[in-house]
Amino acid sequence: MDMIYVKNLSKSYGPTKALDNISFTVKHGEVLGFLGPNGAGKTTTMSILTCLFPPTDGTATVAGYDIYKEPIEVNRSIGYVPESFTLYPDMRVKEYLRFVAEIKGIERKKIVESIAKVISDTDIADVYTKGIKKLSRGYLQRVGVAQALLGEPPVLIFDEPTIGLDPIQIIAIRDLIKSLSGERTVILASHILSEVSQVTNRVIVIKEGKLVAVDTPKNLMKSMDSSGRIIVTVDGDESKVNKVIKKVGGVKSVKKIDESISGTTYHVDVAQGKDIKGELSKAIIEGGFDLVELRLEEVTLEDIFIKLVTKEKED
Amino acid sequence: MLGFLAIYKKEMRTYFTSPVAYAILTIFLIISGFFFANNIFSYSNMSLNYGNFPQAQSYLNIGQSIVRPLFQNLAVIMLFFIPILTMRLIAEEKHSGTLKLLLSYPITDKAVLLGKFFAVVTILIIMYLLTFPYVVMLFVFSSPEIGPFITNYLGIILMGTAFISLGIFASAITERQVVAAVISFGALIMFWVISWMETKLDTFSGKVLEDISIFNHLENFTKGIINTHDIVYYILFTCFFLFLALVALESRTWRSK
Repeated sequence: MDMIYVKNLSKSYGPTKALDNISFTVKHGEVLGFLGPNGAGKTTTMSILTCLFPPTDGTATVAGYDIYKEPIEVNRSIGYVPESFTLYPDMRVKEYLRFVAEIKGIERKKIVESIAKVISDTDIADVYTKGIKKLSRGYLQRVGVAQALLGEPPVLIFDEPTIGLDPIQIIAIRDLIKSLSGERTVILASHILSEVSQVTNRVIVIKEGKLVAVDTPKNLMKSMDSSGRIIVTVDGDESKVNKVIKKVGGVKSVKKIDESISGTTYHVDVAQGKDIKGELSKAIIEGGFDLVELRLEEVTLEDIFIKLVTKEKED
Repeated sequence: MLGFLAIYKKEMRTYFTSPVAYAILTIFLIISGFFFANNIFSYSNMSLNYGNFPQAQSYLNIGQSIVRPLFQNLAVIMLFFIPILTMRLIAEEKHSGTLKLLLSYPITDKAVLLGKFFAVVTILIIMYLLTFPYVVMLFVFSSPEIGPFITNYLGIILMGTAFISLGIFASAITERQVVAAVISFGALIMFWVISWMETKLDTFSGKVLEDISIFNHLENFTKGIINTHDIVYYILFTCFFLFLALVALESRTWRSK
């Protein structure tokens, strides 16, 4: 069953379209990355899914509940950690979690038990009795996750969960999210690719309210790889090397980009779909030059992301 | 229902873990104590002066001379106190961003609103429970009728409740607490002075204005009269502004922000 089903979702703020006809589904137990530059419509989508406001057009269901017809059930099915949220500063963590547990309608007898569980899941026992205004951002984020986990919702939504954290805290939160997936369906909205790729099985990339790509991080990388480029460093006379490389079948262009004591580095652009690593190295060695290095240029997720979100501007 | 209780408890805790409730209750007690003492002294002076005129003594009545002016004064004090109590209710949550998370919980907007509303109503009731020693004192040193006390308390609580509903509405339409306080304060003053136009207009409009005025409906209660007309007015007033507050809170669903 699809835990989250979104169909033709659009949202306009006056003349600006924040979301433009977005459709996607998330399966039970899946971790979905929701990627996009700032202002692409991530938070708008999350707000619609949590029934904060309805879409201008389109529909969505969460855990089988319609966002229009059963918003309370939708809210019950979602644990939500909004982007840079604030909690009531005058409350203690203890009081706050109890308040959330009561609001979520957890049975009186089970409240203590379920609070104890989320405390151990998010590792916040140290700050349990502290006032919320005294917490560091890292701990605050953990308390944010703890409140989302209360009531054991089947769907978890994190909106930019690592914003404002230091590198160590980022790793900790990422590990926490990773440990929470499994049984639960998770949506992780972020503008940082490396973060998403480490946690999710599938990513959706949106840009200016439109869906640009839906795939696994691996497939996205593969699709970029096909327009491959080989980086090769050779010790030898430049013009001769250039000639030798150009002779190899499939080579589109050769460009010198660097020179060092060990040799000269070239970018060799190859026609689509051809693997010429072997032939290239053979040609260079047979030409009597020293082959220092030969490797495929690695396409990072960042490259894909930048390419995806800037593609349309070039068109 | 559980959500409503959770909100109610949280609001009560917020009032009492911060200095807000203590400050308001203390100041209220000082002012009401002053009014009470003042009325007692006037009454005792009057009693001395009228002592020689048996026919004037029928005008001496604790209900009319002490309790009535006391509650009339307290009604004006409510005008200043209620906006301060209600201004933060929703505006603060909007401004600090806690509202977004609150509304993502399985709880209706109505429950959020009513939880907050009844928390302030409780504060109001506590305020008036604290004035009980005055009543006790009057009963210890004199033997007044009990009726006027009941109607005065009933009237002022009903009126205070109406004030609170207007205050919540004001808090729901802005992000700034001060703006909310100014709006509810201003609106309450208008609801008070609107009856001054009564005599300057034709009979029908004058009657309408008189009936809209929020303080006019307290008159009967202070005299010891319970009129369903007044009770209905306060209940309708309260429901109307709670409804408007709900609309304001839900407006995010049809308004782009």
